[in-house]
Amino acid sequence: MVLLMAWVSGIVFGMGIILSGMVNPAIVLAFLDITGRWDSSLIWVMAGAVAVSSIAFAIAKKRKKNFLGGSMQIPSVTKIDARLIMGGIVFGVGWGIAGIWPGPALVLVGSGSVEAIIFLIAMLLGMGIFEVNQQKPS
Amino acid sequence: MYINYLDVIPWHAMVGGLGIGSAVAMLLLFNGRIAGISGIIGGLFRLQRGDISWRIAFISGLVLSVVMWNFFFVFPEIRIETSHIMLLLAGLLVGYGTRLGSGCTSGHGVCGLSRGSPRSFTATAIFILTAVVTVYLVRHVVAN
Repeated sequence: MVLLMAWVSGIVFGMGIILSGMVNPAIVLAFLDITGRWDSSLIWVMAGAVAVSSIAFAIAKKRKKNFLGGSMQIPSVTKIDARLIMGGIVFGVGWGIAGIWPGPALVLVGSGSVEAIIFLIAMLLGMGIFEVNQQKPS
Repeated sequence: MYINYLDVIPWHAMVGGLGIGSAVAMLLLFNGRIAGISGIIGGLFRLQRGDISWRIAFISGLVLSVVMWNFFFVFPEIRIETSHIMLLLAGLLVGYGTRLGSGCTSGHGVCGLSRGSPRSFTATAIFILTAVVTVYLVRHVVAN
């Protein structure tokens, strides 16, 4: 049941990404390009998503266990540190170059896009480099 | 600033957003997990027992969503104009950056804003701002 719900959630998430237009890097780049032909889509997507999920988070806050009896794993970190800021900058530059972020990348891979497969391999490599750096004693 | 009202389809975007929000709600309430895509993929590198299968289930759902979509609708025609070298660079930065900053558009952008996390507000503002500057430089400075 846990796996089925995670799987269905993935499918719904992906279909949301396709319907919203966020699967198309051109639309995302058009949002980010404020001096060009600006496209407001991303704001509407965020508004729609936050409207539903904020209700879910309000429910989750009042519960110790999830609907299937497992634990609620909501991040408790609140510190705004250099790592968060640097990560945001590095991600922002990468996002700005191609207009692709991790969610749409996976959906695009499902559509058989060669460009997305190249992006995904590089993305996994980037995550791998991060993990290797993490394990080094600093 | 020129706003292209004709190509903007807020309705699709809004309903798509509601779909994304529903997926976040499902994963949160049934699995007790944050639907942050970079975090879900990144967690696979840690290989912790009992923490792998749900990640693979979610990711396979995401990849297969295209198949499900094609049952009912037509998948949009998408042209990615970024060169392969730049795609590699973008992928590396997105992979490293999202792990370093503990989240991407879904984890910080959707989930973080929904639970009112100041940390996520900061992260979201930073990556959107950086991406806007990057697009400006790539499209209007380097390209010229």
